[in-house]
Formats: sequence, C-alpha cells, structure tokens
Amino acid sequence: MHISEGILSPTVLAVGWAAAGAGIAIGIRKLDADSMARAGILSAAFFVASLIHVPMGFASVHLILNGLVGLLLGWAAFPAIFTALALQAVFFQFGGLTTLGVNTTLMALPAVVCHYAFKGAVRSQKPRLVIAGSFVCGFFAVGLAAIIFGAALAATGEAFFQAAVITVAAHVPVMVIEGLVTVFCIQFLLRVDPAMLSK
Amino acid sequence: MISEELAFRDSAVHRIDPRVRLVFALLLCFATALSGSFAAPLLALGCATGLVALSCLPLFTVARRLVPVNIFMLFLWLVLPFTHFGEPAFKIMGLAASKQGIELAALVTIKANTIVLFMVALVSTMSVAALGHAAHRLYFPEKLVHLLLLTYRYVFVLESEYRQLVRAAKMRSFAPASNLHTYKTYSYLAGMLLVRAHSRARRVHQAMVCRGFSGVYHCLDSFAFRKADWVWVGILSLFFMAMIGVWIEGPY
Repeated sequence: MHISEGILSPTVLAVGWAAAGAGIAIGIRKLDADSMARAGILSAAFFVASLIHVPMGFASVHLILNGLVGLLLGWAAFPAIFTALALQAVFFQFGGLTTLGVNTTLMALPAVVCHYAFKGAVRSQKPRLVIAGSFVCGFFAVGLAAIIFGAALAATGEAFFQAAVITVAAHVPVMVIEGLVTVFCIQFLLRVDPAMLSK
Repeated sequence: MISEELAFRDSAVHRIDPRVRLVFALLLCFATALSGSFAAPLLALGCATGLVALSCLPLFTVARRLVPVNIFMLFLWLVLPFTHFGEPAFKIMGLAASKQGIELAALVTIKANTIVLFMVALVSTMSVAALGHAAHRLYFPEKLVHLLLLTYRYVFVLESEYRQLVRAAKMRSFAPASNLHTYKTYSYLAGMLLVRAHSRARRVHQAMVCRGFSGVYHCLDSFAFRKADWVWVGILSLFFMAMIGVWIEGPY
C-alpha cells in the first residue's frame, strides 16, 4: 500500500512528514545499542515478508504485517518501517521520496496503536482471546492504514474523494487475509519462540 | 531476487558524488511534487529524462521501474475525469468526463513519472551503502543511518532464507491457491522467517558487542569532491532555479 508520487497536496505531504518525523524521533530514542541489531534485522525480515504474495481469488496481494511489526517493535516500528520503505523506494521505486513521510505514517501509526491495543490480548493465557486479539490486530492495522490512505487522498482535493472510497473498499479483503495471517503467524511464534512476543 | 542492478555501473551520473545526488534528488523531487501547474513538472521531466539518458541505464529496466506507479495512474485516469466537476469533454455510457478532471490526471501522471525518473537517475545509481554514508555526511540522524545500513546488510541474507523456505515448501508439493491451507502455510513461512531473523539478531548483536560496539556507528567512507562534481552542482542548481522560476502558483 503506497501512495504514489505527484498526487498529494503540499499540506498533506507536510502533515505526513511531520507525523513520521515525530514517530521516528520517539522510536529512535527508544533504540539503544542493545536493540539496534534486533530492529535492523526485523526490519529486513518485514521487507522480505512484503515480497510474499498470497493468492486472493484471481489476483494476489502481498503481505503487509504492520500489525505484527507493531507487536514486536512498539515505537521502533516507525524507524523500522521508514527504513524498509526507503529500501523499497530505492530498489523498486515503489512509493517514493516525497511521499515517504505519508507512507511511513500510514503503515507505522497503526502498528504503534496495535502495539498498545493488542499486546495484552496476545500475551494472555486464554487461547480464544489470543486468537481473537491477533485477528483484530492484523485486520485493524491494515484497515487503519487504508483509512489514512483514503483520508490523505480525500484531503488533497474533492476530486479524489471517489478514488479514496474505492481504495478503502478494495482493502477489505486484504484486511481479512492479514487478520488470518496474523492469527496463524502468532500461533506459530507462540509455539516456536514465545519469548519473541513477551518482550 | 532483490538486486541493485542500476547501481554498479559506470557513467557520468554514476561518478557524481553521492552527497550531490542525494541533495539534488530531494530538492528536485520536492519541487516537482509541490508544483501545481504544468510548466515546472514538464521542465523537470525534461531534466529527469536527460539525467536518465546520461546515466546509460538499460532502457528496459528503467521502463519496468515505471510500471508500478503507472498502474495507480491508470486507476486515477479511470476515476478522476468522472468525479471532478467541470465542463464536460466527452461522454461514455451517460457519464460525463470533465476537462478539468482529465487535466488533473495528466498533471499527476507527469509529476509521478518525473519523480520516479529522478529517483532512478539520482538515487538508484548508488548502492544503499553509498546512500547511507552520504546521508551520514549530510548529518541525517546517526541511528537512522545505522538502522538503514543494518537492514540493507540483512535484506539479502533473509531473502535467500525466504527462497530456501519456498523451495522446501515446493518440494513438499505445496501449490498456492485461495484457501486456508495456503494462508496457513505462508503465515508459518513468514513466522519462520521472523524466528530466524530474531535469533540471527541475537548472534549479530553478540558479535557486535565482541568488537566493542557501544551504540556509535563509525562511517569510514570518505567522499572527495572533484572538479566535475562542482560542475554538476552548477548544472543541477540551474535546473532547480529554472523550475522555481517557471513555477506558477495554483495548487489544486
């Protein structure tokens, strides 16, 4: 999910950069010598995970997993997602330079919200709560990202309102898939390396 | 496979000091993105095309880099003319396409393609290692640069681990389809990738500590400004100034 270059109005671009800058500043402050390697390598892992395309009917979508990034990294999700998006811009020209701020915000803000909202549910002892929490986490993270995406388009000009509505609606099936994938992924992590989620 | 196929080549553009390329990539991209009329983006498109031509990149690869952005542009062309109010240009199945909508779609398409071409010519022509060091010399936040370089270092490692997992799944006759089994398999695959990344991070951190890492990252790369770099600074500043010059107010 990237907003392309050249569309957004100066105001929206500026708001995106301001929000991303604030998030990155907080995230960086929380990164110390001990957590640097973890953040860098997990950021690389999420970059690679976004190369995974899962089939959806006749089309296919790539995994986003920003909810999971939030659960694992907290505020460090901002610099980690910023880095991954910068690499995508350099390697493939997905997204770009001027929209990096907006794109970071729309992926990382839901990640941080998920961190605080679902951390407790995922670590709980009740299996059903874990499953429900992780589904909503994946579903909500992509949903909020799509809503920020749509809001950025709509705030640029009235002409984009319809395009914004279509974009948000198109993300509903992606939200369901992300929810399912997050459930399975967290079940896997809880069985293989539960310590990863407890930090 | 992820590769920096455009970076390790030789041309006049590849030889420009990375700091110059990074600064002007930022200036020119933002100037293009923020302009609200046709004049400045068209001038920028000319400049970007010239830079791509000078960088001697394979044209097919450059064209492929333009595909993702233009898929979204296609979507905008299908929607914008019909949702933007204005005088009707033509009608399809009772829907009137407005002139203003078509103009807006055209403007956005030019701007988006121009920025991607600037990115290709100025940023993708350097390795991410050079990009990180240039950013460090330009006083970008040190930890952010460190994070970028660490991520860059391990992206290739983790990608090969991912390919290995996919091969293993294929050996077990895994055929992706739209069903729960497929989603479960891909989730476990992503999960395994994360578990391996996590344990690798622990080992890397220990190795870094063994070598005396205390949170400060030292960039040893030294860039030297050559005469040609000053010429490039002149040329690119001229373009930038010209763009600002023809910038006629009127954001949408």
